Amino acid sequence: MEFFQSIDWMGLLKCFVVGGLICVIGQILIDKTKLTPARILVLFVTVGAILGGLGIYKYLIDFAGAGATVPLTGFGANLAKGAMQEVQNSGLLGAFIGGVKASAGGIAAAIFFGYLASLIAKPKIKKQ
Amino acid sequence: MKRLGTQTIQLDNPPTIVSTASIVGPKEAQGPLAKYFDQCLDDEFWGEKTWEKAESKIIKETVNMAVTKSGIAATDIDYCFAGDLLNQCISSSFGLRELNIPFFGVFGACSTFVESLCLGSVFVESGAATNVLCATSSHFCSAEKQFRFPLELGNQRPQSAQWTVTGSGAAVVSANGTGPFITMITPGKIVDMGIKDANNMGAAMAPAALDTLITHFRDTGRKPSYYDAIITGDLGYIGKEILTELSETKGYNIKSNYNDCGVLIFDKEKQDTHSGGSGCACVGTTFSGYFYKQLQEKKLNKILLIATRCFNEFYELSTRGKHSWYCTCN
Amino acid sequence: MKPIETKQEYSDYVDQKSPNSPILKNCFNAFWVGGLICSIGQIIMDFCQYQGMDQTSASTVVSIILIAISAILTGLNVFNKIGKFAGAGSLVPITGFANSIVSPAIEYKSEGYIMGVGGKMFTVAGPVLVFGISASVIVGIIATFFQG
Repeated sequence: MEFFQSIDWMGLLKCFVVGGLICVIGQILIDKTKLTPARILVLFVTVGAILGGLGIYKYLIDFAGAGATVPLTGFGANLAKGAMQEVQNSGLLGAFIGGVKASAGGIAAAIFFGYLASLIAKPKIKKQ
Repeated sequence: MKRLGTQTIQLDNPPTIVSTASIVGPKEAQGPLAKYFDQCLDDEFWGEKTWEKAESKIIKETVNMAVTKSGIAATDIDYCFAGDLLNQCISSSFGLRELNIPFFGVFGACSTFVESLCLGSVFVESGAATNVLCATSSHFCSAEKQFRFPLELGNQRPQSAQWTVTGSGAAVVSANGTGPFITMITPGKIVDMGIKDANNMGAAMAPAALDTLITHFRDTGRKPSYYDAIITGDLGYIGKEILTELSETKGYNIKSNYNDCGVLIFDKEKQDTHSGGSGCACVGTTFSGYFYKQLQEKKLNKILLIATRCFNEFYELSTRGKHSWYCTCN
Repeated sequence: MKPIETKQEYSDYVDQKSPNSPILKNCFNAFWVGGLICSIGQIIMDFCQYQGMDQTSASTVVSIILIAISAILTGLNVFNKIGKFAGAGSLVPITGFANSIVSPAIEYKSEGYIMGVGGKMFTVAGPVLVFGISASVIVGIIATFFQG
């Protein structure tokens, strides 16, 4: 219960608004362009990596926390951040190691849970 | 058999469509045409393990039904023309392998049924065959899987998208019979007006349908009013509106007797199918189920059926509408 | 109406004929669902940090938990309903990335567990990894110049 008292409600509101707005940008792209979902994801991850590389995205993370890290732009920024950090430790080699290392948890989880789900679930038709 | 004008074939001893059969999936069974279909399924798998096997079973049962209804022994059917949406036409190939009838695989996407009827009737007319079987199938799930996205993907379907019909239509065409006859065929050209949106196939195909429609009227000297009904194969709501307006600009008014299979098969408001139905089975089941019965009961006497297709190259649609069409006079 | 001759004229005409998506409603739904998913992530993150985890580990735990939830909802055939309602609201957060891996895995089960599930798992999400990881490598290479 102590945890609930410690929640920063203002921070949560910022997270909600920023996360929501990033999704709204995606929605406008879906409705106004002919981009397929896969292309939108690619666009977001690439933009995130560029903003992360330029050092801009970290300000958004400081401001909105999970509101900036949970959207796929955060995934991209995390890849870029990992690469840059690893470069400081191991030079050029770090450019190849760092990105995946930083996001290894998410990638491995998606693959593992994806495989697990396929063992259990059965394809079903969409009703609409 | 002779040529009329630039593209039309006139059949002098017109073959008869002796019988038709149709089986549809659960969603189509809730649509406005449900009572015209021979069988409606409760579930998309129909006891099979995969969508593709289910589709094979649907076309197999539909074909058996059409043959039984025709009263012609399966051994007396000379050739079979069939196809579906899947790679290498696997549904028809697997579904029809036990029939033991020489098989022509037809890939005409949404226009497969009409293309099969065209080829089959020319075979019959020329004397190469006495009885032929024409069939097609499509399955919403197998088509989504192959051409669009996995069913579990949480994406939104745009308003212009069409819904692939699950089902199969089959017809037996014979040299002997009293109608309905297939009297003319106008194969269409490939027309590309540059629409690349895989979710707006109706708009992609409408110019092709228009081209064939006008060619048919020019070749035969007929007017739209000659027909009791002009039916297109799955332009959907958007394509239907476009075709109606465009033909008016070319001087042909088809407002009163024109409709589209994709528009007829689903209830847009209740079934959330957006721009209507599509897929091989859309024309296949709508003709076999609804229009064939209208012809038999003489509620309609002369109809013109235009089927269009477009090619889906992965997620980029290159819209070359091709269409064959044919007309029946009772 | 004037007859249409060129591709450009036809394209304009089609745009005018095609119904628009209800963009305001879609954006509203995307906003609150997307915001909610991020907020759930924030609460998990706060909890992890409250338990004494550092920010990087906490943020990885958030990803893993959201991915697991997304995988379960995809398997239960619920995620596509959320996706239809929320559009980008569930697509853009990491949940959409997970859904794009889990959905083909389930769909291609019928083609076998090695080449079906294993091979087709990345049909939708593959490009995300290709472009995301490639971009990070480029960023890293550029960073080596500035470091030197």
